[in-house]
Amino acid sequence: MTAPREFTYVGTRPIRHDGVDKVTGRASYGADMTWPGMLHGFVLRSPHAHARIVSIDTSAAEAMPGVQAVITGRDLPETTAKIALGEAAIDLRDIGDNVIARTKVLYHGHAVAAVAATTLDIARRAAETIAVVYDVLEPVMSIDRAIAADAPILHPAMRTKGAAAGAGEPSNVASRMELKRGDLDAGFADADLVVEREFRTPMVHQGYIEPHACIARCGEDGRAVVWCTTQGPFVVRDACAAITGLDPAHVKVIPSEIGGGFGGKIVVYLEPLALALSRKAQRPVKMVMGRDDVFRATGPTSGSKIRVKLGAKRDGTFVAASASLWYEAGAYSGSPAGAGAMCALAPYRIANFFIEAYDVVVNKPKVAAYRAPGSPIAAFAIESVVDEIARELKIDPIELRFKNASEEGDRAPYGPKYGPIGLKAVLDAARNHPHWRAPLGANHGRGIAVGFWFNAGMNSSATVTVNADGSAAVVTGNPDIGGTRAAQAIMVAEELGIPVDRVRSNVGDTDGSGYTDVTGGSRVCYATGMAVIRAAEDAREQLRARAATIWNVSKDAVEWTDGRAIPPPATEKASAMTVAELAAKMTHTGGPIVGRASLYAPMAGPAFGAHICDLDVDRETGCSRVVRYTVFQDVGRAVHPSYVEGQMQGGAAQGIGWALNEGYVYSADGVMENAGFLDYRMPVASDLPMIDTVIVEVANPLHPYGVRGVGEVPIAPPLAAVANAMRDATGIRFTELPLSPPRVLEAIEAATAIPVQV
Amino acid sequence: MSKLHIETTVNREPAEFLCDPHETLLSALRNGLGLTGTKEGCATGDCGACSVLLDGRLVPACLVLAPEAHGRTITTIEGLSRGDALHPLQQKFLEHAALQCGICTPGFLVAAKALLDANPNPSEAETRFWLAGNLCRCTGYDKIIRAVLDAASDMKGSAV
Repeated sequence: MTAPREFTYVGTRPIRHDGVDKVTGRASYGADMTWPGMLHGFVLRSPHAHARIVSIDTSAAEAMPGVQAVITGRDLPETTAKIALGEAAIDLRDIGDNVIARTKVLYHGHAVAAVAATTLDIARRAAETIAVVYDVLEPVMSIDRAIAADAPILHPAMRTKGAAAGAGEPSNVASRMELKRGDLDAGFADADLVVEREFRTPMVHQGYIEPHACIARCGEDGRAVVWCTTQGPFVVRDACAAITGLDPAHVKVIPSEIGGGFGGKIVVYLEPLALALSRKAQRPVKMVMGRDDVFRATGPTSGSKIRVKLGAKRDGTFVAASASLWYEAGAYSGSPAGAGAMCALAPYRIANFFIEAYDVVVNKPKVAAYRAPGSPIAAFAIESVVDEIARELKIDPIELRFKNASEEGDRAPYGPKYGPIGLKAVLDAARNHPHWRAPLGANHGRGIAVGFWFNAGMNSSATVTVNADGSAAVVTGNPDIGGTRAAQAIMVAEELGIPVDRVRSNVGDTDGSGYTDVTGGSRVCYATGMAVIRAAEDAREQLRARAATIWNVSKDAVEWTDGRAIPPPATEKASAMTVAELAAKMTHTGGPIVGRASLYAPMAGPAFGAHICDLDVDRETGCSRVVRYTVFQDVGRAVHPSYVEGQMQGGAAQGIGWALNEGYVYSADGVMENAGFLDYRMPVASDLPMIDTVIVEVANPLHPYGVRGVGEVPIAPPLAAVANAMRDATGIRFTELPLSPPRVLEAIEAATAIPVQV
Repeated sequence: MSKLHIETTVNREPAEFLCDPHETLLSALRNGLGLTGTKEGCATGDCGACSVLLDGRLVPACLVLAPEAHGRTITTIEGLSRGDALHPLQQKFLEHAALQCGICTPGFLVAAKALLDANPNPSEAETRFWLAGNLCRCTGYDKIIRAVLDAASDMKGSAV
């Protein structure tokens, strides 16, 4: 181990480079762009959750003045293509079918046709004239219904992948996976206490404030440009090309500023439709989703049913665990059930365990990634049971977790051995924090929970250009959702030894930046950051070489310290040269200086967080309020601490919303009944207290600065932290989310009801 | 259907636009006048991303009909700074890192300006309830509230 590096800029809090554009309204988001000759697109969506499409008649719409193009599923041929997303692959047949239904509609809001017209009003009115004849089928609206023997089948060709037996029959279970270790029966036989519970959670949405939006234009030659709000411009390029049949080499995607994504802006919805409409109309087509369509027809994350059984010795040692997870995938396979299974027991060393996970299709929108996909609901179940064990055994819940906590060298439940991880450091910070010992008010309860996320590495590219005045510009392909431009500028400043505000930080389009995977998986500061650091190192090495040329010495003889090239001691008339001095001479020493790097990071540094929640419960109404909340998290190394804290606070707030109020509400016939912010109740400023943060830094050896991803971990613990606080305040263990006032009041009244004597 | 001709004052300058009778002020600002700093998050008055001041009163532009702007005075996010000087609220949002994705930021800034116009010395609770009509999904509100309170504290005694 080398001594910890001393940093000049890493760990400082400069004003973000895109900040002024974003506080003045100048920054351009998805819906803010206008192109000359632009048409407006509108999507006709299914009123049914499950139906066969018998016929679609678009003739009236096509005849309407102002209408320039109408498309249906027939205009987008089925594709069998897959595109890479890191180590995974996205199956574009389902994505294409989700973009526009071909033979069946599988959820309320599924697109069936789209219109482009000179005004949005005309497009909307034209869409209303499209006559679709449906053969309505019974919708499958729950896991229990989906896995019943007589359930209607969504996809006749679907067979359960990984099923032990009986895999030949059509099923709504897309896949089953399991993880196991040790001897489960012997483990449970050895336990002094076994707690078993079943948990349920509804679908919830990422709730980004900016709806999906794009403009696309496609020329007669099949060359196309798409401007859109996305977490992954390269994913949009490859998906659009495959779904519309265009050559990906002819498609350029320009990412706009992005108004939140949380995983929900990785896949495509509108972009292929806008391209197909533009190809027909030969004019640019702009499409913007309404909020109701965002809820109904973009990807939320899974609702779930989770059964957990955990066995412990009297001293608190966990000896056996089993868990069954059923996750709703929505209309097509692809829930994060497997990730949930891998995360569930990640915080604990347990010798004997068995986990199985089922990916179940239902007539709801196809789920998309949502911040640590699969982990929060698994943590809700496990951490609630761990809380029960602590109560039964009368052990402090932090001490119980500390006693069983995973540490370096332990084999993770999902396979690899952990390197240095920060779970114990995080728990240590929590038990030593004043919050943990602060007195509680009347009707207050306190809960703690931990959470885990793998974090991702994957593909990243970066270029660093040195300008003649000694400033620099960095370009990567990751849309900046929460301050990554600032973080990348800090890295370039650190490597070149120039001030942060002398670095221009840019998001490139798919032609202007090297291939880069999505802004997701908590990977940008880690993996793309590594590419930025290496590109800056490359530029620095070129600067050293230029100094060697000027001094006529070998490059190896030139030292680089504090942003300056230092000549070897015996060099005559030579004195140290700054970046600016070297850059001023670059034309005469070999030309422009451009550093570049590209990399594939197969692994990242996994991370843990612990959250303490104080809840005030009104026993008269069932209404609860978070009155104090503290987030502890191992972030490896905080590059820009303000934005690290922001991720921790924002993840906690989203998780609190998930715990207390959020959830998709469906009617029996499969219509979403709360597709708006009034009825899908996300936390507002008056719902929350300040959210305190404690940054713990256990350096990640895979990153030159020790960075770990930070964005996803903080949404894993809050569901259980809130539910455990509710248990503390009311004495009631809630196993179903959200903990909304009616549910809490009903449970309080049931628990306190005086039995009626008959 | 002929368009209506609307004359109004936007960000201290006279402005005119043509609109359909049923068009929203939000659409007129964004599409008619090119003022895209005012954002659409929901179009139902629930998210506050389209917050503007109409004769000094905080309103969601998505729930105001564009013709209603005739003869009235509108302030949008583009009117908050003067010349090359940011409004103290804008400066404090930058210093406190009170934005992540930034889509809700214009609405929060306009709403916060309305708050400080009405109550130059708000408590944390007053600030939280005043801004309860503005949704932010990234920050958990902590840094936004701190930025507004800090701006209020800085602005005391100085006429901005």
